[in-house]
Amino acid sequence: MIRVVLPVHLRTLAKVNGEVRLDVSGPVTQRSVLDALESRYPMLEGTIRDHQTKKRRAFIRFFACQEDLSNASPDDRLPEPVVNGTEPFLIVGAMAGG
Amino acid sequence: MSSVRVLVGTKKGGFVLTSDGKRQKWEVTGPHFAGWEIYHMKGSPVDPNRIYASQTSGWFGQVVQRSLNGGKTWETMGNKFLYEGEVGNHLFYDGTQRPWEFKRVWHFEPSITDPDTVYAGIEDASLFKSTDGGQNWTEMPALRSTKGELWQPGAGGMCLHTILLDRKNPERMYTAISAAGAFRTDNGGESWKPITKGLKSPYELPDPNAEVGHCVHRIAMHPSRPDVLFMQKHWDVMRSDDAGDSWHEVSGNLPSDFGFPIDVHAHEPETIYVVPIKSDSEHYPPEGKLRVYRSKTGGNEWEPLTKGLPQSDCYVNILRDAMAVDQLDKCGVYFGTTGGQVYASNDSGDTWSPIVRDLPGVLSVEVQTLA
Repeated sequence: MIRVVLPVHLRTLAKVNGEVRLDVSGPVTQRSVLDALESRYPMLEGTIRDHQTKKRRAFIRFFACQEDLSNASPDDRLPEPVVNGTEPFLIVGAMAGG
Repeated sequence: MSSVRVLVGTKKGGFVLTSDGKRQKWEVTGPHFAGWEIYHMKGSPVDPNRIYASQTSGWFGQVVQRSLNGGKTWETMGNKFLYEGEVGNHLFYDGTQRPWEFKRVWHFEPSITDPDTVYAGIEDASLFKSTDGGQNWTEMPALRSTKGELWQPGAGGMCLHTILLDRKNPERMYTAISAAGAFRTDNGGESWKPITKGLKSPYELPDPNAEVGHCVHRIAMHPSRPDVLFMQKHWDVMRSDDAGDSWHEVSGNLPSDFGFPIDVHAHEPETIYVVPIKSDSEHYPPEGKLRVYRSKTGGNEWEPLTKGLPQSDCYVNILRDAMAVDQLDKCGVYFGTTGGQVYASNDSGDTWSPIVRDLPGVLSVEVQTLA
């Protein structure tokens, strides 16, 4: 079971409280986690990554295990604590106010 | 008894303001979609409880919301706005060509005959259509073929902000795009023509015959007279009596002919409203006095409407989609400011009072007249 933490605006949009827990089949990567997330919560499509290119939106960041994974390959395997469910995969709105 | 529902989009959420036909006491609900920019909310003329809302964010992109109960509850609709075919390029500030890139929906225009059909004006400028109530969107690509390679963004972005539907001719529509111009189709969107003859923008467009590149801020029409159009351009208030084939200036005695919104009285097609702004570099009312100007002669002769509006130290702006009229008698006129006030007049503009004073900056105002 993969644990995902969404930023507050996306929790509101998806109508969820707290962490999301997802079953991910196959290798656990950014791509497979986001695919599973969007499959369960289709209203999130386009809010985290581009509909067509699947590239991360500019002001979205991915973290796990105190690491910034935002620019890692979407097909890299996520850290083992995320894969085994002891740590969440964090989707964060970047600090980009003004 | 009739009532009105005012839909207010702001920089931090949407608000719904309701009143009975007297329009003196108001109930305010919101913020809906708190923290998000709500560029526009508009109800279907066929099914007024069906409201579309454009919810956007620099972080999370575009969300389309729809309510089927007058704004009490909302459901998320489709947000996939994909340009048709080869995306192509438009002109950028530095003179280079840039590919079109979807940024947000500026304006929804629900069909006047079918509740499931709605048009969306987007940035980078194009026109989209949904025929399933907002779930799926398809570009009407012929518009971008109308010299789109010469369009370039204005300071507010390359946005398609005005969509006018002709009640007498379902094949005819008008669109306006900031810094690109105004366009008309007579065949349901299969082809478009620039309608800019008579517009003058000597500093930005030295070529007096330039068909695109005029910075059109807003166009309004009275539904009973769809061939008569009124335009607030970057500078100049303009009028066309031939469906946009030609324009002439009607700025007359306005203290400034720069501004954003323009609208037409619900029952008097020759009565129009603008809110003059000092200049393109000083986006606030001249002399710090917030004045709506009304012409009862279709332009040229204007009177200031000031009763109830601040007449000193007022430095707000009124954006292009932030003025609307209701259908009651007397006609109600509404506008919102970048300072978060929404002002209403229940007597065609003779007197004004604020419905709310402290909302986030207002991006758009629409009003529905309910039976």
